[in-house]
Amino acid sequence: MADLRIKFAGIQSPNPFWLASAPPTNTGAQIHRAFEAGWGGAVWKTIGAPVLNVSNRYGAWHFGRQRMLAINNVELISDRPPEVNLREIAEVKRAWPDRAVIVSAMVESKPEAWHEIVKQIEDTGANGIELNYGCPHGMNERGMGAAVGQVPEYCEQISRWVMETATIPVIMKLTPNVTNVVLPARAGLAAGVNGFSLINTINSIVGIDLDTLELTPNIGGKGGHGGYAGPAVKPIALNMLATLGTDDVISQSGLPISGMGGISNWKDAAEFLLLGASSLQVCTAVMHYGYRIIEDLCDGLSNWMDEKGFKTIEEVVGRSLHRVSDFEDFDLSYRAVARINADECIKCNLCYVACNDAAHQCIDLISPAGSVASPYAYDLRSNGKAAATESRPQPMVREEDCVGCRLCYNVCPVDQCISMVEVPSGRPSVTWSELSEGQVAVTEDWEAMKAWRKKAGIHIH
Amino acid sequence: MGPVPEDKRGSLSEQLPPLTENAAAVESDRCLFCYDAPCTHACPTHIDIPGFIKRISSGNLRGSAQVIYASNLLGATCARVCPVQELCEGACVLGAEHKPIAIGRLQRHAMDYAHEHKVTPIKNAGSTEHRIAVIGAGPAGLSCAGELARRGHSVTVFEKRLLPGGLSTYGIIVLREPMEVALDEARMIQDLGVEIQSEREMGKDVSMAELQLDYDAVVLSAGLGQTSGLGIDGEHAIIDGLAFIEASKTEPAEMKIGQNVLVIGAGNTAIDCATIARRLGGGHVTMVYRRSEREMTCYAHEYHFAREEGIEFRFLSQPLRVLLYGNEPIGLECLRVELGAPDRSGRPAPVLVSGSEFILEADQIVKAVGQQRPPLAELLGLRTANGYIAVGRDFETSLPNVYAIGDCIRSNGAASTVMAVQDGKIAAAAIERKLKTRTATTEES
Repeated sequence: MADLRIKFAGIQSPNPFWLASAPPTNTGAQIHRAFEAGWGGAVWKTIGAPVLNVSNRYGAWHFGRQRMLAINNVELISDRPPEVNLREIAEVKRAWPDRAVIVSAMVESKPEAWHEIVKQIEDTGANGIELNYGCPHGMNERGMGAAVGQVPEYCEQISRWVMETATIPVIMKLTPNVTNVVLPARAGLAAGVNGFSLINTINSIVGIDLDTLELTPNIGGKGGHGGYAGPAVKPIALNMLATLGTDDVISQSGLPISGMGGISNWKDAAEFLLLGASSLQVCTAVMHYGYRIIEDLCDGLSNWMDEKGFKTIEEVVGRSLHRVSDFEDFDLSYRAVARINADECIKCNLCYVACNDAAHQCIDLISPAGSVASPYAYDLRSNGKAAATESRPQPMVREEDCVGCRLCYNVCPVDQCISMVEVPSGRPSVTWSELSEGQVAVTEDWEAMKAWRKKAGIHIH
Repeated sequence: MGPVPEDKRGSLSEQLPPLTENAAAVESDRCLFCYDAPCTHACPTHIDIPGFIKRISSGNLRGSAQVIYASNLLGATCARVCPVQELCEGACVLGAEHKPIAIGRLQRHAMDYAHEHKVTPIKNAGSTEHRIAVIGAGPAGLSCAGELARRGHSVTVFEKRLLPGGLSTYGIIVLREPMEVALDEARMIQDLGVEIQSEREMGKDVSMAELQLDYDAVVLSAGLGQTSGLGIDGEHAIIDGLAFIEASKTEPAEMKIGQNVLVIGAGNTAIDCATIARRLGGGHVTMVYRRSEREMTCYAHEYHFAREEGIEFRFLSQPLRVLLYGNEPIGLECLRVELGAPDRSGRPAPVLVSGSEFILEADQIVKAVGQQRPPLAELLGLRTANGYIAVGRDFETSLPNVYAIGDCIRSNGAASTVMAVQDGKIAAAAIERKLKTRTATTEES
């Protein structure tokens, strides 16, 4: 069985799964139950400045029958006074010495405020501190949260105040609401933080009620942007994780990254690990289904690691990071085409219409007699199950025209039906940056490009 | 034999409950939204099924109903009575490995919404000068009349019965379609501008000569004749299956149901009769058929349904005579049958086994052995095909500008409401084309 234990910036936990700083970590009683369920750690809901919350604070984005593909919230940091939280933190830590208890903090941007909170947290026996520089609503208007995270200089300044006092590991939590996530991280690095976590929630408006024309959720007739999280944000989180992990400065620093953003099952978890996260935080999935999801997270990950021959989490972390590249370094001669497995195909024609209307018109409908058929070609007097199914044409890819865009593969509702098959292009491998260096005209002038394509045998219809 | 017991009277209400809003949303979301979908091809009226289902999924019920109406004005009836297993649902791409989408029930969901919210079919044109007469207010006639009215023509339907709707009103058991649905649908067709004259029968109250004089085109959609006779002794004591079904719809309180009911026949109507008898308190209900299970003309799903209802079957039994006590039946004498070489219908011919007489006890006997050929064919001297009215591709009969649609032309036996609706649609389009050509020619000269 794979060893799921981790050590993150010196913080140990029996598995890589921590509850993110959020409603599931609001109280000691909740975290007790979470640890009983098997969570490896918890980042306490942010303590700090005084706040008041509102009703209808959570919105959600549903798609089809799938509820809460993303949650959106305007909940603030803990609305319980710090002393209550600190007392419970101490109790939890005493009861659960083997779990990671990290306390998220956010106070006014004054050195004495930060010094004070750091000392108070350390007195509880907590294993670490997470700096909440990400909250995109409510706190940023008061100069906290994302208002800090979006300005590298503030990040650095506040982190310095924290590091002046802290003796336990300090994790800086990054906001995704920036154009370049590397800059605030580098600022934190300069200030001496011990690790990063990302992503915090994304600015969002979740929707409008079409009866009342009010925003949803409706807070007394008003609404506004709130933090967006959950399965729908995972690709954004993965990209930011990879961006940070491939930054020279950050990667050379060796500082660990705690990944979060839409982790719902062990597969998501494995992907975050592969792109360099060495601890994982989960919130929305727990808000949807409760603490019990930890069971599948752990044994799913463990079973996958066993199958793959990974013995420790460390062996998995960052394993796919070297594959993260940029367009300019992709092989322009790599060629794949779509192939439809007629035995699996249910003839829904979704590939056909997608290719025809939105891609490169290279899927044909082939009649049972073997000729190219038009859609809706049947006689209006023809009907019945047999006529409809027996005469139904089979979609087939004209491989010589297929650009390998992969749209059909993505829309196909049947697993294993359409595959993207690598085919030899007959051209030597070349990247855009090599072209820009060796044959700059090709990259700047359409005539040169046309001539080069002709020579290379690239035909785009 | 006695009146229907109190506790059984409700047992004929519509069998399938309407989908809840949530169930409809869940089901509609399962639809893959196929392109050039096989369900649409399989539907005789070619409703854009993914189109109406997508609209249910998006909460656009009004749009959903209009998609259905665009191809089928009798969507509410078809949603209930269509043999969906043989048509749309049978062709669903999810059918092979998953459950097909419940297309019929989703269509009913959209049609129920249309009824409740008074969503009516869109009229596509202003009024024209053209007048069309339709004989018979069954599904074919109403569909044709509605399609013509949508195009702005003035249409008069002559119906020999009191109520419009034809078999939908009188001949489909309530389990499938309550009478009000058919009547509401007829009312909707009237609201499109169609005039329905009740109790006006062709050949009695209306003559073809008159109609040809007063109307630009005549459409015959008069259905079939009486239930065929068995030609056996005591047949007068046998109840006509269609009359039996009609009574269960129009005067269920007055119905009498036996304790030993025999239903002669093995088509869908026979199954309906047996179902009614069984549900209304008939103790033993047995279907008597001269061929075997394999040759039954009812749909497979109807046969399974009958089995589940607890209806018994006596195959390979040829009725010989009704045993009477006074005027009441007490039994049916039958002869055992063996199956021989295929006959003209392609099915093995029943061969009587002499000396194999046996008696089935019965206090009520119902026959549903198919209807006679349309009497209008002979009355009007129309060319026929196998006894049914012969028509061309556009449903025109041997008389110019006289069209025939629905069961009265369906010589191949595969008659259904939805096919009748499609006939009406195609005939309406053909009449429109012809009228336009005629008008254009007149204007030129």
